[in-house]
Amino acid sequence: MFLNRWRRPQEAGSRPGAPPAATGSLSPPGEAPRSRRSNGLEQFFSQIRGESGLTLLDLSGASQANVGFITDLGHRLYSDDLIATLDCVFGGGDFYERQLDEAAQATFLDQSFAFPGGSFDGVLLWDVLEFMAPPLLSKVMERLTAIVRPGAYIFALFHNEENADEVALSHYRIGDSGTLLLASRGFRKPAQLFSNRAVEKLFHEFQSVKFFLSRDSLREVIVRR
Amino acid sequence: MWNKRRDDEPTARPAAPPAPPAMEHRVEPAPAMSAPVKPPAADPPRGVAAIGKSVIIKGQILSREDLWLDGEIEGTVEVPEHRLTIGPHARLSAGIRAREVIVLGGVNGNVEATEKIDIRKDARLIGDIKTGGIIIEDGAYFKGSIDIVRGTDGTKPAQQPKPQAKDAVPVQASAAVEGRR
Repeated sequence: MFLNRWRRPQEAGSRPGAPPAATGSLSPPGEAPRSRRSNGLEQFFSQIRGESGLTLLDLSGASQANVGFITDLGHRLYSDDLIATLDCVFGGGDFYERQLDEAAQATFLDQSFAFPGGSFDGVLLWDVLEFMAPPLLSKVMERLTAIVRPGAYIFALFHNEENADEVALSHYRIGDSGTLLLASRGFRKPAQLFSNRAVEKLFHEFQSVKFFLSRDSLREVIVRR
Repeated sequence: MWNKRRDDEPTARPAAPPAPPAMEHRVEPAPAMSAPVKPPAADPPRGVAAIGKSVIIKGQILSREDLWLDGEIEGTVEVPEHRLTIGPHARLSAGIRAREVIVLGGVNGNVEATEKIDIRKDARLIGDIKTGGIIIEDGAYFKGSIDIVRGTDGTKPAQQPKPQAKDAVPVQASAAVEGRR
């Protein structure tokens, strides 16, 4: 239902084998993280400015930059590297084929989204949804909807290259409220890429979806629960 | 002229590693990014009490001096007024409370570090952290919540009350315990 162009593994030529650990694999030595302006991120933090003691979920993996920035604002942070968890649960075979396995899906959801309802006041989702096959994505969206409180904001990224066989995989680090630092962790074939319409359908249970134009290949989206 | 062979021209993207991973990812080496990378500490410094990598302890550990753990620990670890270092071979499934915690190995459990916690490259920590300050090196894996506890002036970490005196009770030890002073 959410798919814009879901690529079945055989269509895109995926290879069997364990995926690499995605923890902390950053840009090659000497290559500085790419800095980019982020109006979406700025808007996300402006929505929670003036409040403190909120609980935010960051799914890009723990980093000094994100932890420092968010805790300096007086918020509590829950950090997880969702790509690493995906690799851990669905690696060791055909990544997207294994995502169709219901037992593995349950394991993944228990490892990454086992929170009481309304636990989070904001979520930094980044681009992780693009690496989930539709059956898994549908369950993740269900959990995500449940664990954010009404009125909470989600910041997500979607790649623009609709015909790309693989997209850049990054660790997303917060430079300041309007600047993102992208540290490369390689390239990866996405399960699907989303048009604006597909993004709206994906978040159809949410109050609003706002898109932000950018000069690079990433679309920024802020969603309000 | 127009159909010149391009076989020996360099490709735009880096070559795949020798053992290609699934999903056609190319994962590149990890450099330092934000937190300075300190040299790995493979051995405990002189004068620090240490539990070696072949030791298994199930129970409660209480230390009134700096402590280095490199074994397999299940239970609780309390080093209320000193530094606890979790070595690169350590596998802890334990609740931890210390003034300062340095993590180089694996921890599964909640950590309370009144002053600061330092999670080094290649460390793996799954659990909730409550601390006065945190350092996370790139390459570390952390999953859990982070609560920064501010002091009354808003900057200094909260001071812990003096701990109740309890003795360490290692319930099971499968090998010799190293102690260095």
